[in-house]
Amino acid sequence: MMNLPGPAIAVRDLRVSRGGVEVLHGIDFEVPRGQVTGLLGPSGCGKTTLMRAIVGVQIVTGGEVTVLGRPAGDPSLRRSVGYSTQSPAVYRDLTVVENLRYFAAVLNAPRSDVDRVIEEVGLTDVAGQLGGTLSGGQLNRASLAVALLGSPELVVLDEPTVGLDPVLRQELWLLFQGMADRGVTLIVSSHVMDEAARCQRLIVMREGEILADDTPHDLREHTRTTDLEEAFLRLIEERTAA
Amino acid sequence: MNPAITLATARRILTQLRHDHRTVALMAFVPTLVIILLYYVIDDQRSFGAWAPILLCVFPFLVMFLVTSIATLRERTSGTLERLMATPLGKLDLLLGYGIAFGLMACVQVAIALAVSLTWLGFDLAGPLWSLVLIALLNALLGTALGLLCSAFARSEFQAVQFMPVVMIPQLLLGGILVPRDQMATVLEWVSNVLPMSYAIEGMKVVVMNGELGGEFWRDVAIVAGSALLALVLGAATLRRRTP
Repeated sequence: MMNLPGPAIAVRDLRVSRGGVEVLHGIDFEVPRGQVTGLLGPSGCGKTTLMRAIVGVQIVTGGEVTVLGRPAGDPSLRRSVGYSTQSPAVYRDLTVVENLRYFAAVLNAPRSDVDRVIEEVGLTDVAGQLGGTLSGGQLNRASLAVALLGSPELVVLDEPTVGLDPVLRQELWLLFQGMADRGVTLIVSSHVMDEAARCQRLIVMREGEILADDTPHDLREHTRTTDLEEAFLRLIEERTAA
Repeated sequence: MNPAITLATARRILTQLRHDHRTVALMAFVPTLVIILLYYVIDDQRSFGAWAPILLCVFPFLVMFLVTSIATLRERTSGTLERLMATPLGKLDLLLGYGIAFGLMACVQVAIALAVSLTWLGFDLAGPLWSLVLIALLNALLGTALGLLCSAFARSEFQAVQFMPVVMIPQLLLGGILVPRDQMATVLEWVSNVLPMSYAIEGMKVVVMNGELGGEFWRDVAIVAGSALLALVLGAATLRRRTP
């Protein structure tokens, strides 16, 4: 599927309601292959819901989500899409290695992958520790490591760098970029604007709508600011003025 | 379904248990301790012979029901279930994984209780040993399956624990332990007829009392096994790949 033409993700008029309230109001966008796309917006703007829809675990009310040329959630995608939720989804009563061994078995990934991903997220020192004894940031990275197992073509990461020290954050972004250079598509959400500059493409969301879908450079040009936080404010102003 | 994934899941659950020594100790020894206590409370070999099989029936069911409902609820609330539902893991892989892992625990539980009962407590078994183990195991499986099913209707661990008396007590009261089933009011007998535990207790009584494994015994076995299977399938139906 690697060389298929077309975008990695195509979303058409996506509508999602949660608890009787519409949280995504007819969203359209495409995500190109082999790039890191940032999904930015304040907490509660619908980032997580959108990511769940892309992975195919969200019940949607309308619209279409196509992932790697197939409808989102298609059984054939379950091995090629890596997903890490915002709250760490790993077993607290298993060690890091045991967690990864289990998920590697489920994904039919080679056993050597376990050591590779532990190294990639920098958890080698605590690999034998139980999940429950890790710090929040370490637990988050253990959960992220699961999404890197096997050879996913698309990796969906919900706020993977929250609460990490700057050095680690830098390392993870280098890792993401390295994966994109190998042709993997990544979609990474964040509510921290300073992470935006590290993406090749940005989707800016607010209240269930897309404010902008651009490269960081064009976004700065368009809003005539050098700061992305500023750009975000400018976009909101434009919206309310229009 | 994929046997490799099912076994990996069973192994993962057993590894989780291995890290939790206290739970393992409780699962392994509590039934035996209660049976020993019962022996000294009753202090009469004949009545003990009537009660022991019931405990051997009830315990695997009770413990597996509780452990499974809490464990699956944890999977649901911790996000690991959502993660697994986005992988090639089949719903039955997960359910059977739990069935296998806790089934093995049930074997250990029953083995210890039986060893103590048969040697120290002078418990007499009329039928062959395997038939008792079969019934106890099916009961454990039934508990696992019902635990899985009930956990789908519980939002919190508090609720999950409350399901235990709901599922357990009617089955015990109507299972022919206190009052023989054919002496109950007609309506209660009907209810008793559709509760799987009634057949498990009946089967266990056959094994312990007269040891004649005729058609009735196999009918009991088939009903308990069928109920466990039905509960597993219903449990699988409550696992959703997509959630609101």
